Amino acid sequence: MSHVSLFKRSPWILHYDGSSCNGCDIEVLACLTPLYDVERLGVVNTGNPKHADILLVTGSVNERNIEIIQNLHRQMPDPKVVVAVGACACSGGIFARAYNIQGGIDHVIPVDVYVPGCAARPESIIDGVVQGIAALELKHKRSA
Amino acid sequence: MSPLVYGLLFVVVAPLFGGLLAGVDRIVSARMQGRVGPPLLQPFYDVGKLFEKETRQVNPVVEPLLLGHLGFMAAAGALVLGGTDLIFIAFVFALAALCLVLAAGSVNSPYSFAGAERELVVLLASEPFFILMLAAICKVTGESTFQGVLASPVLVALQLPGVLLAFLFVATIKLRKSPFDISTSHHPHQELVNGLTSDMSGRLLGYVELAHWYESALLCVFVLLFFNWSVTLGLLAFAIAYGLEVLVDNSTSRAKWQLVLRSTWTVTLLFTGGNVLALFLLAR
Ligand code: SF4
Repeated sequence: MSHVSLFKRSPWILHYDGSSCNGCDIEVLACLTPLYDVERLGVVNTGNPKHADILLVTGSVNERNIEIIQNLHRQMPDPKVVVAVGACACSGGIFARAYNIQGGIDHVIPVDVYVPGCAARPESIIDGVVQGIAALELKHKRSA
Repeated sequence: MSPLVYGLLFVVVAPLFGGLLAGVDRIVSARMQGRVGPPLLQPFYDVGKLFEKETRQVNPVVEPLLLGHLGFMAAAGALVLGGTDLIFIAFVFALAALCLVLAAGSVNSPYSFAGAERELVVLLASEPFFILMLAAICKVTGESTFQGVLASPVLVALQLPGVLLAFLFVATIKLRKSPFDISTSHHPHQELVNGLTSDMSGRLLGYVELAHWYESALLCVFVLLFFNWSVTLGLLAFAIAYGLEVLVDNSTSRAKWQLVLRSTWTVTLLFTGGNVLALFLLAR
């Protein structure tokens, strides 16, 4: 039976900023502005992990935020996906060899979509979210 | 048709009305900000998704309380159209709100708890007005039911213009619009996360949304009471009022609870009290 889920029409996003330089964060916020307007796709930028479907992380993992990232991820109800935005979130990026940096987000939680770029462009962030939605649907179908 | 049928009809139609209204609201808000906005049916997609998502029960009382919130909210509207005494509705309405406060207050999240406390303040601010409003409507028409008021030869809005103005003010609270959205809000980046709904996930949040749709429909029914000569006129007035609410929502920032309480009581006393007093003096 083909099961039509509503996840693709209503992906709610939780944005977490690890140790980013804020470059990627500004691009994430740019997605909400009139030029890109992701709300067209039903995206809501919620500030609450318990309401979120997609965890969008910018910046890399450091000693201090490991627990926070894991906690946010745990608090999100299933199905959920993680989108790593920007070089830092994918691999540690330009800061990878800094003394406090552990690496990319996949160092602590499973990442479903990697969005490259330094900073990642709004177009590619939206593309990453759309791929995240596909992953979300897949997880929902598997669990159903 | 008998009033009972109207009551049942409310239970079925109100969520559709409230959901569409929320969809229009989001599109109009987006247009005011120079954006395209989501599709009209977005609120239905959102609630549908919430029912598909995993629900995490923080404790065993939240779900029954939220079902109570939804049930009483639907019952309040159904009772109005079902021809129950209007004053009684004010209490059912308050009971519905109280269920939500209890549900939000029963969890450990400090955000949820702070939201519950603020919702109590908001109730304290708005409930006296609703009781006064319904009492005044019953008084000027000499009727105590929805059907009675609609059939009354007196145009309520002409007799109670002050109460109507105060209603516009208090509706901002009930519709959870800025500057009065102190207990919860749909906007991100706020000091309370999501306030009341912080700890509710999946279908629990879905119940709250549904109840809010019933609430919007009930407020529309209240507007019909003011424009009791014609339902079309009432719906038109509701559309204008709702447009104003969206405009205010988009052009103000959140107020502190002290301001909400003080300003609401002042408006209630000045406009509602003044209006009723003026009618009383004129009638002598
Ligand atoms: S990827 Fe580049 S722009 Fe993005 S947070 Fe890292 S350094 Fe900043």
